[in-house]
Amino acid sequence: MTHMFFILTVALYACATAAYLACLVRTSPLLTRWAGRILVVGFTAHLLSTIHLANKLKYLPLTNLQESLSFFSLAIVSCFIYFERRYKVTTLGSFIVPVALLMLVASSSLHAEVRQLPPILQSNWFWFHALLAFTSYACFTIAAGVAVMYLIQRYFLKTKHFGALFQKLPSLETMDEISYRCLTVGFPLLTVAIISGSIWSEQAMGSYWVWDRKETWSLIIWLIYATLLHGRLTIGWRGKRAAILSILGFIVVLFTFFAMKHSIIW
Amino acid sequence: MNIIVVGLSHKTATVEIREKAAFSPNQIEKPLSELIQLEGIIEGVIVSTCNRVEIYATTRDIAGGIARIKRFMAEYHHLPFEALEPHLYSYHAEAAIRHVFRVASSLDSMIVGEPQILGQIKTSYGYAAEFKSSGIILNRFLHKAFSVAKRVRTETKIASSAVSVAFAAVELAKKILGDLSDKTVMLLGAGEMCELAAKHFLNSGAKGVLVTNRTFERAERLAEEFGGEAIPFEAFIENLHRADIVLSSTGAPHCIIGPKDAEDAIKRRRSKPIFFIDIAVPRDIDPKVDKVENAYLFTVDHLQEIVQANLAQRSLEAEKAEEIIDQEIGQFHKWLSTLEVTPTIVALRTRFDEIRRAELDKTIANWKELPPGAEKRLEALTLAMMNKLLHAPTFVLKQAGQGGRVDLYVDSLRQLFELEALQRDDEELELEE
Repeated sequence: MTHMFFILTVALYACATAAYLACLVRTSPLLTRWAGRILVVGFTAHLLSTIHLANKLKYLPLTNLQESLSFFSLAIVSCFIYFERRYKVTTLGSFIVPVALLMLVASSSLHAEVRQLPPILQSNWFWFHALLAFTSYACFTIAAGVAVMYLIQRYFLKTKHFGALFQKLPSLETMDEISYRCLTVGFPLLTVAIISGSIWSEQAMGSYWVWDRKETWSLIIWLIYATLLHGRLTIGWRGKRAAILSILGFIVVLFTFFAMKHSIIW
Repeated sequence: MNIIVVGLSHKTATVEIREKAAFSPNQIEKPLSELIQLEGIIEGVIVSTCNRVEIYATTRDIAGGIARIKRFMAEYHHLPFEALEPHLYSYHAEAAIRHVFRVASSLDSMIVGEPQILGQIKTSYGYAAEFKSSGIILNRFLHKAFSVAKRVRTETKIASSAVSVAFAAVELAKKILGDLSDKTVMLLGAGEMCELAAKHFLNSGAKGVLVTNRTFERAERLAEEFGGEAIPFEAFIENLHRADIVLSSTGAPHCIIGPKDAEDAIKRRRSKPIFFIDIAVPRDIDPKVDKVENAYLFTVDHLQEIVQANLAQRSLEAEKAEEIIDQEIGQFHKWLSTLEVTPTIVALRTRFDEIRRAELDKTIANWKELPPGAEKRLEALTLAMMNKLLHAPTFVLKQAGQGGRVDLYVDSLRQLFELEALQRDDEELELEE
């Protein structure tokens, strides 16, 4: 059952990716509408598959890389659906949906090992921590997608190239606003995630902070986004510099996510 | 019945001639009533814009009708016929239908795809309808033209891009600043171009205008016109940070805004972008301003490039529009031909005869003991009844054949007796706006 939903999700995300990429080269309100619909159906299937799996395992499926990738992808898509509705930015889908699809495909290619849940993870603080962390990561993914779009659009404006893609991309101001919104949601979530993570660490290992690699990198991520937000709020950092830092932050997020799997959790 | 078009446009006449031949909308009743009093002219609509003056009419006598309308245009404006005639074009039948469809769809406009022309034709038609100079054919014809124009607009991208420099500037500003409703425009100097662009920005919702000029009175006057604020020329740099859009067209011999000025202004705005448009020759704004982060500088040449690209795109879309018009002409032409008298009489007789024969056959088939010869007498009786009934309508139709009311009769008859399913989609009947 879970597997069936999962396959369905991959198929639907693949269709949505194709539709969103087609939106880049063709202007058609019908295509845009269908891309959105397919994605929502895909998201529903994804959600059901995750709930079903959680029900079967009796815990949230984010305890290994396979489960986490799928969960990451779910969080990204849900964030994207929100931002697309809110700001009417179809082009964002052409940058974000393929990422969600890639993560899901990567997740499905991993081998699922059946295992007993380690006692260390049997804490409500852990679930709380993980859920928040993934939501904040999803926000940062959207911010990075928007940052890439911003840099492309900025390039077109500075070099005076007014092609089809220029017409498609949203205004600089809209992208700036989305990235700011992502930051103001993502950063507090990350902060609470780190705090709840350290409480869990205290419960499980008797210390709030053990300077484990994962913890260190999380702190680096937190510092990057704190700098970004601080710059924005004090001297109005925006535009190119903010976009580059936002992309850098996302790269570190990805690095932490993939490279730290042999740390405490996994 | 024939539709004829006589007129002149930017393609055949200079602005001096167009001005002289134009009909003022304030006094349109007089020419309209004179028009339909011309011999052989039954219905008439006058379209008069700054780029074209056209008369649409219906007549039975194509050559005579066209000649009389041409003479009318010259005489009405007291122009020598020989001077006006070479600029006039005329169309009839299918060519006339095509012409009006193309005009309404903005394919014949100076700037292909510009949206005003449709509204102008609608207004002109409104006058004709008000003063009853248009009748059944032109009513139907112009409604059809409006629906064709609507189809062209929705099914092609002909009107979706900016084709004037001022409009291109607004579009570009939206790409940088997003919604313009909380944005401020600063005008440096006062050129026609600059004022036009400022008007476009205000029409697109820009919030405020700051005006500066070397002569402060001039700035004040403009500021008043736009409901903005005048700033002394010496102080404009200090106010630069208040502007989201800077339009510059001073006659200064060298640059008046350098990269340092732009950088300071943007810093004071907490890095919010400024969109600079330099219309002046020689340039007012140092090209290096474009290198400043969050400053975006465009010259009139850049805007011109956008306009050219959009125009090229439009001509591609125009081909699609012509195809749509081709389809629609056929449909309308079919309706027009049903309005002829003779085919209508034939159709009416056929319809009556069908009913008569059907009822006769039914009666005879059910009549068990039919007396000999009864069949023949029934036949004669029904035939005589039918002929008597049809006599008056046929006579009136033929009589009316010369005048203008015939179309009304023919159209009513065809509808009353359902002589053929008229393709009357609701959409084409509704007069939008």
